[in-house]
Amino acid sequence: MSSQTPSELKYARTDEYLRLEGENATIGISDFAQEQLNDIVFVELPEVGAHVAQGEPFGAVESVKAASDLLMPVGGTVTEVNSQLSDEPELLNTSPYDKGWIVKIKVDDPSEANALMDAAAYIEYCKTR
Amino acid sequence: MTESLIYEISSPGRTAVTLPDVGVPEVELPKDLLRKDLDLPEVSELQVMRHFVNLSHLNHSIDTGLYPLGSCTMKYNPKVNEDAARLAGFAYLHPLSDEEGSQGALALMYQLQTWLAELSGFTGASIVPAAGAQGELAGILMIRAYHLDRKDHKRTKILVPDSAHGTNPATVSMAGLQAVELPSDKNGDVDLNALRAALDDSVAGMMITVPSTLGVFDTKIRDVIRMVHEAGGLMYMDGANMNALMGVVKPGELGFDVMHYNLHKTFSTPHGGGGPGCGAVGANEKLVDFLPGPIVEMVEETEDENDAPLYGLKMPVKSIGRLKAFQGNFGMHVRAYTYMRIYGGEGLHEVSRHAVLNANYVRAKLRGVYPMPVDRICGHEFVMSGHFEGVEGIHALDISKRLMDFGIHPPTNYFPLIVPEALLIEPTETEDKATLDNFVEVMKKIAQEAKDDPELLRSAPHTTPVKRVDEVRAAKQLMVCCRPIPDYDQQRTPSGD
Repeated sequence: MSSQTPSELKYARTDEYLRLEGENATIGISDFAQEQLNDIVFVELPEVGAHVAQGEPFGAVESVKAASDLLMPVGGTVTEVNSQLSDEPELLNTSPYDKGWIVKIKVDDPSEANALMDAAAYIEYCKTR
Repeated sequence: MTESLIYEISSPGRTAVTLPDVGVPEVELPKDLLRKDLDLPEVSELQVMRHFVNLSHLNHSIDTGLYPLGSCTMKYNPKVNEDAARLAGFAYLHPLSDEEGSQGALALMYQLQTWLAELSGFTGASIVPAAGAQGELAGILMIRAYHLDRKDHKRTKILVPDSAHGTNPATVSMAGLQAVELPSDKNGDVDLNALRAALDDSVAGMMITVPSTLGVFDTKIRDVIRMVHEAGGLMYMDGANMNALMGVVKPGELGFDVMHYNLHKTFSTPHGGGGPGCGAVGANEKLVDFLPGPIVEMVEETEDENDAPLYGLKMPVKSIGRLKAFQGNFGMHVRAYTYMRIYGGEGLHEVSRHAVLNANYVRAKLRGVYPMPVDRICGHEFVMSGHFEGVEGIHALDISKRLMDFGIHPPTNYFPLIVPEALLIEPTETEDKATLDNFVEVMKKIAQEAKDDPELLRSAPHTTPVKRVDEVRAAKQLMVCCRPIPDYDQQRTPSGD
């Protein structure tokens, strides 16, 4: 597999990534996830201001193959959503870590990120699937 | 397309019938009842006939070729079913006929209920639900009603394995309960440790498909059932895969409390197009009083063999209620009854034996050609992966599309979700060895082509009337109206009086 897995990010077992910057964070899905899903055709985004606990769904992505829930890697309050995805869901395929970010949140408790995998662990985890 | 839309062959003033002269004075119709937006095609009878017959020729069906669509049991539907359903006494019976005047139909329904219950080891069955999904909903509503009836209000969760049909969690949600996903172990069975961890007094029950959607019989199913029962939950069996079980094992005897049957799968009533179906529900002693109604009961037995018993309709005492107008889709009851009547108990057992044999034959022939993520004796279907070592960029979808070039319907793709690039194959019992051998040869040829000429797969199908469809565009640019939407809206705008 030739997926990109940036080393500065944390990863959930359900393939969301977390870019933690102080008490703010950006969330999206990994390159591995977008490859598995294939062409993404729809993204359901949460409302700004919504509070979602760790592991709870904050949205959904739909591809030509399947629909999947998006689960919060750490609990927090949504401060911004990438509304460009409504018109161009394919950004998740072409630029998962940059233009295809999904939500920005204010993190409840940064220590929740300790439960996530680092890039090396995530790469190993993907190999087992 | 090789066939024009019927609107494209329309020409003004052309009709299929010539109406006689009006024998009464014509009147002006009220203006507000007249519409100009009814865009009906104007065509002759012959044009209509050719149009629809030509369209039907573009279709693939079980009557034209192999249809190994896993989890759907696309078996051949014997035409004698249709003969029976067209008998005037059945076909023209009015649903409001009184019970006395519909004893034949009620006797048939009673017999069908009794056979379905007997075949699966249950106390009773209801044949009212209109389809499998409604049967599922009925079963879960019955479980919910059972707990509420016992004043046990805290049971709000239903456990669902991650290999389940998507309808299972949807059903749970429709019933106002919460679905909790359980992981499978590496053999495709329920992970008992995860089950143990999930069980507490908030669990209302569990929904599980037997054999599982991976096509295998969960070897620990008795443990699963026992554990859920010990925690106070009930067991629901998704009967989609009943074609593997008839005469082999009775779900009621395994310990299941309720299940649904898909008459269009196992019992050869027609599939398709959301048309009338029947998702009968069977229940044991605990749940039989909660069945959806009305069900048919024998009101008066008879000792005299020249005299028929008297049948009547009845709501079970704690019934979850009605799910469908009248008595359900009676035409489907006739077809399923006919099928079961002709085969008999031994015959239905043979049906399941052959379904399992055919699936295992194809599986054994394709081992080593395609990866088998769950490599063990299967039920009536098996799952393999459409992704090869050393062949990048070929997906299950490409293999499926290529199959169409050989006149074979693609198997189920990308389901179950827990198998990457899944191809779920169910040949059914109605296919002979020559057809299965041909399928195997075609699958081997496609595997070879994937290595030698992958473009041939990626651009498939080549021989069908419609070539590779653009699924991304189809999903993103919805056009579900035959007329352009703004035009339609404009004409629908009220005239403003």
